[in-house]
Amino acid sequence: MAQIVENGGGDSGKGKKRPKKSSTHVDMTPMVDLAFLLLTFFVLTSTFSKPKVMSLVYPAKDVPESTEKPVVKNAITFLITKDRVFYYKGELNPAGGPKTELIETDFGPQGVRKLLAKENEYVIREKLKLDGQLTRKEIVDSVAKKKLIEAQKTPQALKVLVKTDLKALCANFIDLIDELYIANIGMIAPVDIMKDEQALIDAKIK
Amino acid sequence: MAKIKMPKGTPTIDMTPMVDLAFLLVTFFMLAANFRSNEPVDVNIPSSIGDEEVPEKTLILVTVDKGGRLFFNVAGDSTVRRSVISQMATKYKAPLSNAQFKEYLKITSIGCSMAELPAYLSTDGEGRKNFKTLGIPADSTNNQLKDWINYANLAMLQYGKDAYLKAKDEAKPNEVVKPEDFKPKFVLKVEGQAEYVRAKMAIETFRDLNLNNLHFVTSLENKQ
Repeated sequence: MAQIVENGGGDSGKGKKRPKKSSTHVDMTPMVDLAFLLLTFFVLTSTFSKPKVMSLVYPAKDVPESTEKPVVKNAITFLITKDRVFYYKGELNPAGGPKTELIETDFGPQGVRKLLAKENEYVIREKLKLDGQLTRKEIVDSVAKKKLIEAQKTPQALKVLVKTDLKALCANFIDLIDELYIANIGMIAPVDIMKDEQALIDAKIK
Repeated sequence: MAKIKMPKGTPTIDMTPMVDLAFLLVTFFMLAANFRSNEPVDVNIPSSIGDEEVPEKTLILVTVDKGGRLFFNVAGDSTVRRSVISQMATKYKAPLSNAQFKEYLKITSIGCSMAELPAYLSTDGEGRKNFKTLGIPADSTNNQLKDWINYANLAMLQYGKDAYLKAKDEAKPNEVVKPEDFKPKFVLKVEGQAEYVRAKMAIETFRDLNLNNLHFVTSLENKQ
């Protein structure tokens, strides 16, 4: 052990007997043992990174469907299936236009992020402008937030519809929503997939 | 030539600095730790740039595990939990004993139908992890999840209103008490590899109750 006080062997035989010096050493080994035990316990049981939440507003259900068709302008629809993601721009099979073709993309830097950065250029540029003003202290935080929301509502801002098929995984969905937030897209609508779209996906997967 | 003296006996090491360090670390971890809560399922959460905190007092949580089973938890004051479980027990005529009732107040998420609940509450923590169940039913014929959420929402709104008024009365002049902090937050904790359709069942249930602002639990990733 670490702290064994040796006094054996020296006393016998040599003339004068001295009073025993009492040692001031304390054996600390058990205390160290205990300290490290506690340390291990706390290291293993504690969690440091508190999980965060990402908010997502779903469209309300009971709104009576308006008779006029919503104008799908400057919109992208993402279709997610297991570990693959497709998109098309604008309406599905627009009247008088060519039939919709799905384009495959991915979550890499050249995929969704590049696409969204290009399509949502207006809002991103506004955001940069606001950030610049913010760092120069020309505006306050709350004003910048309000202005960004306004910019996200302008017609130039990109709207995104997210549709998932039966095989899509939650991770795929959340990855996509995350990309949308990174690209500062204000209008995100997770909606149900339509039959025509499902057929398009099926044709692509085969 | 002088002889080199060999030290007699065992060498002694001064352990004091090591003990100091060990106790310093122990103290640090003790104070910094927030314990992992004992959930019946472990889920791997996806990452995102979302940076809102998970509320501790006003949380209504639905967990979706890898097999797509649904778990429900309402975190908050025990009056809220008590009101939720008693309303559920009355509605589904679940024969809960006093001990089981108390057990519910102690644990976090539950994941079983109301018929299985008495047995579920009678097993211990480890048994609950291995409890054979399909999770909380949330299909259109038997949507127990909807009742859980609805009762939890109403109870928490009621409690939050009182708590807000109380906090407002007690607040210091320069303190801002936000009413949002007392409203329930609806959080979904989904396993990344679970199918989205399963999570969608929970989402549709929330939407049926006209609760459209949902939150996904994610781990923080750096904004690139």
